[in-house]
Amino acid sequence: MLTQLTAAETAAKLRSREVGAVEVAQAHLDRIARLDPEFKAFLTVHPERTLAEAEAAQKRIDAGEAGPLTGVPIAIKDNVSTEGVPTTCASNVLKGYVPPYDATVVSRLREAGLVSLGKTNLDEFAMGTSGENSAFQVTKNPWGRDLVPGGSSSGSAAAVAGELAPLSLGSDTGGSIRMPAALCGIVGYKPTYGRVSRYGLVAFGSSLDQIGPFGRTVEDAALLAEAVSGYDPLDSTSLDVPPVSTEALKDGNVRGLRIALPRQFMGEAIQSGVREALEAALDVLRREGAEVSEIDLPSVAVGVTTYYIIAPAEASSNLARFDGIRYGGQVEGDGHIGVVASTRGGLFGHEVKLRIMVGTYALSAGYYDAYYNRAQQVRAVMAAEFETAFQEFDLVVSPASPIVAFPVGGLSQDPLALKLLDLCTIPANMGGFPSLSIPCGYADDLPVGMLLNGPVGQDERLLQAAYAIERALPWGYRRPPMP
Amino acid sequence: MSISLDEVRHVARLARLDLDESELMAFQGELNQLLGHFGDIQGVDVSGVAPKPHAVALQNVWAEDEPRFGLTREQALRNAANSRAGLFIVPTIIEE
Repeated sequence: MLTQLTAAETAAKLRSREVGAVEVAQAHLDRIARLDPEFKAFLTVHPERTLAEAEAAQKRIDAGEAGPLTGVPIAIKDNVSTEGVPTTCASNVLKGYVPPYDATVVSRLREAGLVSLGKTNLDEFAMGTSGENSAFQVTKNPWGRDLVPGGSSSGSAAAVAGELAPLSLGSDTGGSIRMPAALCGIVGYKPTYGRVSRYGLVAFGSSLDQIGPFGRTVEDAALLAEAVSGYDPLDSTSLDVPPVSTEALKDGNVRGLRIALPRQFMGEAIQSGVREALEAALDVLRREGAEVSEIDLPSVAVGVTTYYIIAPAEASSNLARFDGIRYGGQVEGDGHIGVVASTRGGLFGHEVKLRIMVGTYALSAGYYDAYYNRAQQVRAVMAAEFETAFQEFDLVVSPASPIVAFPVGGLSQDPLALKLLDLCTIPANMGGFPSLSIPCGYADDLPVGMLLNGPVGQDERLLQAAYAIERALPWGYRRPPMP
Repeated sequence: MSISLDEVRHVARLARLDLDESELMAFQGELNQLLGHFGDIQGVDVSGVAPKPHAVALQNVWAEDEPRFGLTREQALRNAANSRAGLFIVPTIIEE
């Protein structure tokens, strides 16, 4: 079946003319039409546009101008701006909003000849850990229809795991790519901050946000990163370095790989099944010649708290733009401020309002030094601890999520417990370093993700290590039990 | 440390969020739960540590000072709740 192929396999079959781009696109559109009413991964699908893009891709293939992913379908998280296609951030504030421009990553997808299937669901404004905060629908995990897919890039992860798309883009501010990748049993990769342009990504926490790929293999995620990364003058935080290279994905050997395992990420907060799966995977790597050493990273114990000061502070500032005047919905009110406050109070969801409130409080007079400034200092300490570890080790590994996929509604009564699930993923956003989750085993027949962190800017080395680890683990990629 | 209902109301006003009483009370509970943990970071030794406001710091990012096309007026107005004669219509700000 065409929808089971990896992106790399699909691209090879397209180049050898074994299949056509329209045929590949139609196979995915058919599967979406059949299964997405249940999965609810997509907020927008646009079959006519998809087929037109597939025809254009086929022309390039026929002309011998195909790139590594030309003709391969992709799904895009609905907080990435797409010209002429609604971009809602799964919020009533942006219901009906149609961007007048493309995000840089979307322009690059077009240049590379990928075929867009549509826009995927998310926690409203990417604020959530489970995927349950969308204003429109709750995406289901292909591993169990009563299970959450993880968030915030819920739809992008579920679409790839459920074979509705071979590739997708998500965004990651505190774990929003890596958490759902872990819960859905696929690869999710947050590149070094600045290697992928944020231009056109609706901002949440600007010093933390990064766009990145989902795929069912490390190679697929790396190929997509290669296509969308690279310097962009439209994003002033863009790093002036070449795109992520996939050249290094040749060596599948973990021998000599120096792996650090922080004790703080293997404690009581981690489900025993997750710990056991990770330890079993590390045992395999040891037998294959990797060196695994336990280390201490003391500051990560306060990582979640630090994050829940910095990210809401930045969000409260970024989301000030949603005033109901220039775009999005508007609610009637008394005078200018009344209209703005009614619109924001009436159309933002609960979690978004909570984070705006937290951020506004943390930045308000009298608290700025005690909270925001202090959190930025702790952030520096945390980044320095990882930098020290990277001088001695190639990778810092941990579980990507402390628990496997859980039932919809299972943790919604305990918002703090949900936030604590970001424990292992947050440091990479704080320090800007690249971080990737790959399936490393199963607990209760549900996927467990291994988080791999590498030093800032060394994305190629991280991907090479991930590629080698993927090959060393004997379990292989397991498809979810679905139709 | 805890936050009073009046403080919650004040923060909501600063954030331009019109909330009813039941929402204010819900947020009071949730804010207090979160703020209860904010003290945790006071235990980290940060003496002499400069704050880190960026993930990967860059300095002096300049753009060439040259004209380029932006959005047309029509594109910029297309998503507005209210527009007329090429302008955004906003609620009255200046009183008679």
